[in-house]
Amino acid sequence: MSEATARTRLGALGLVAPLVLFLALFFAWPLVSVLKESVSDPVGLRAFPATAEAALGWDRQSEPPIAMKQAFVEDLRAIDDQQLLGDAVRRLNSAQNGFRTLMSKTVRAAQEQSGPLDLVAVDKRWADVRFWRAVANSTYPYTDRNLLAALDYQRDAAGKVVALPAEASANTAILIRTLWIGAVVTIACALIGLPYAMLAASLTGWKRQLLLGAVLLPLWTSLLVRTAAWFILLQEKGLINDTLIGLGLIDGPLPLIFNRLGVVIAMTHVLLPFMVLPIYSVLLAIPKNLMPAAASLGAPPWRAFLRVLLPLSLRGVVSGSLLVFMTAIGYYITPALIGGAQDQMISSVIAFYALGSANWGMAGALGAILLVATLALYAVYGRLSSDRAGSL
Amino acid sequence: MRLIDVARLLFGVFAVLFLIAPLIAILPLAFTSSIFLTYPIPDYSLRWFRELAVADAWRLSIVNSLIVGTGTTILAGVLGTMAALGLRNSGLILPGLFRTAFLLPMVVPAVVLGVGMQVFFVQIGFANSYAGVICAHTVVAVPFVVVSVSASLAGIDRRVERAALSLGASPLTVFRRVTLPLALPGILSGAVFAFATSLDEVVLTLFVAGPNQRTLARQMFSTIRENISPAIAAAAFLFIVGTLLVAAIALLIRSRSTQPKTPA
Repeated sequence: MSEATARTRLGALGLVAPLVLFLALFFAWPLVSVLKESVSDPVGLRAFPATAEAALGWDRQSEPPIAMKQAFVEDLRAIDDQQLLGDAVRRLNSAQNGFRTLMSKTVRAAQEQSGPLDLVAVDKRWADVRFWRAVANSTYPYTDRNLLAALDYQRDAAGKVVALPAEASANTAILIRTLWIGAVVTIACALIGLPYAMLAASLTGWKRQLLLGAVLLPLWTSLLVRTAAWFILLQEKGLINDTLIGLGLIDGPLPLIFNRLGVVIAMTHVLLPFMVLPIYSVLLAIPKNLMPAAASLGAPPWRAFLRVLLPLSLRGVVSGSLLVFMTAIGYYITPALIGGAQDQMISSVIAFYALGSANWGMAGALGAILLVATLALYAVYGRLSSDRAGSL
Repeated sequence: MRLIDVARLLFGVFAVLFLIAPLIAILPLAFTSSIFLTYPIPDYSLRWFRELAVADAWRLSIVNSLIVGTGTTILAGVLGTMAALGLRNSGLILPGLFRTAFLLPMVVPAVVLGVGMQVFFVQIGFANSYAGVICAHTVVAVPFVVVSVSASLAGIDRRVERAALSLGASPLTVFRRVTLPLALPGILSGAVFAFATSLDEVVLTLFVAGPNQRTLARQMFSTIRENISPAIAAAAFLFIVGTLLVAAIALLIRSRSTQPKTPA
C-alpha cells in the first residue's frame, strides 16, 4: 500500500514538474529580475572594484584614507571600457552634481601620469568629502534610489530621505492617476454590471441567454479588435459623433478619443464581463423564495430589494470590483491607443522606461510597486472567493 | 406595461448594445473601398484584404502569428495537460499551492512580466527569437489549458480507469485508451484558448520579439497607434472569423470523438 502511494505521489509530482520548472524559469525568474533591477546598482562596483574594497573600512564622514584614494586612481587607470566609464560617470553625476567635468579631468590626469597622484592638485573638489562619499556609495551594488524615485523621493547629501523637487516629481501623479482611472472604471462597471446581472438572473429562456451571450462575446473577442472598434466609434468622424450630429443633438463633434472619457468608456466595455459574471453567479445561488418571503411579510418591493437582494449580492460586487480594479490598474493597451498623453497609466510609464530609454532601474522599481499592489489585491480576492466556497 | 418594466427593457437594450455594437460596427469597414476608417462606406471592395496578403509587413506578421500560435498551443497543451493530470492525483502534496501558482500568470500585469522577460531573455540569449516569443506566450496561455483540462478530468468517473486497470491494462494503455479520449474535449478547448491567447498577445511580444517576430497583434497595435487604416478592420475580421473557425473545428472534433462511444 505504502509503496503504491509512494509511486502515485511520485507520478503526480512527475506530471506537475515540467510546468513547475517552466514557470519557475519563464515566469518567476523574470519577476525576480524585475525586483532585482529595481534595487541593483552594479555600475560603480564594476568600474571601481579596488575602490570598493578600500572603501569598506572608511566611515564616510572623516577624510578618506590614502589607500582608497590611490585605489581609485588605479581603477581609473585600469578602465578600458569607455561605455562602462560613461555609465559610471553618469551614475556619479546623478548622485552629486559636478562629476562630469571632475571625472574627465581626473581620468586624463590619472592616465597621463604613473605612480601616486595628488588628486586635490588635479581638482580642488577632491578635497570635498561629499565627492568621495558619492564614489564610495556608488560601489555598493544595491540601491534604494529607484524605489524612492518611483515615489518621488530621493536621498539628500546626508543620506536622509527627502521629497524630490516639484518639477522632477511626476511619478506620484501617475500612480494617483492610475488608481483614479481604475476606481472610475470599477464604479462604472459596478453601476452597469449590478443591474445587468440582476436583470439577467431575473429573466429566463432566450432573454437570459441573450444577456449572457452579450457578456461572453466581448470576453471571447480579441482585446485589440475591441480597442480598434472603440477607436472607430469614438473618433471625430466616428459613429457616435455622426449619429449625434445626425439627430441634431450637437453641432460639432464631441471630443471622445485621446482623452479620459474615451479611456474610461473603452476600459469599462473591456472589463464589464469581469463584474457581471461574479455577481451573476452569486445571484444564482440566492434561494428563489427569499423575495416572495419578504413580500409576504409585508415588505414593499423596493424594501425587499434594499434589505434582501442588495446585501446578498454585495459579495459578488466586491469580488467583481476587486477583479476589475486589479486588472484595470495594470492596463496598457487601451490607454496607449485610446488615451492622450494625460491619460497614460503606470504601465505606460514602465513601458516607456524599459522600451524607450532602457532605464531598467526605474522600470523595475515602478514594476515592483505595480506587482506588489496587484498581488495584494489578488490575495484579498482569493480569500473572499475561498470564504464563499467554504460557506456553500 | 409598468414604468419599472419599461426601465428594465430600456436598460437591457442599451447595455446589450453597449456590449455588442462595437464588435458589429467594425466588421463592415473591412470591406470599404475608402482609405478612411469611417462610415458611410462609399463602395464595397476587397482592397484591404489584398493589402493584408500583399504588403510585406502584414503578410509576415500573419505567418509569424501562425508559427508562434502553433508553437504556443503545442507547448502549453502538453505542459498544461500533464500538470492537470498531476493535479488530479490525490497523492500530490499541497495541491492548492500548485493550482494557485499555475493561475498566477493570468493575474500579474503583462507589462511587469514583459520587463522581466526582456531582461532575462537578453541574459540567456533568448531575445528576438521565435523560441523566446513562444515561451513568453506559453506562460500566459498555460493557465487556460490547466483550467480547461482540469474541468474535463473532474468529469471522468475514476471507476472506469480502475476497471481497465483491473482487467489487466497497463497504466499507459489506460491513459491512452481511456483517460485521454475522455479528456480530449477539455484538451481541445484548452488548446483553442491557448491559440487565441497567443494570437491576441501584444504586451509581452512588444518586449521580447524582434522585428522578425512581429506578430499580427503587434502589427495591429502599431498600425492603430501610428497610421490607422481600414487594414485594421480587415485584420479584425480575420481575427473574429479565425476564432470562430478554430472553435468550430474544436467542436467538430469533440463531437466526432464522442460519437463511437454511443453504439458500444
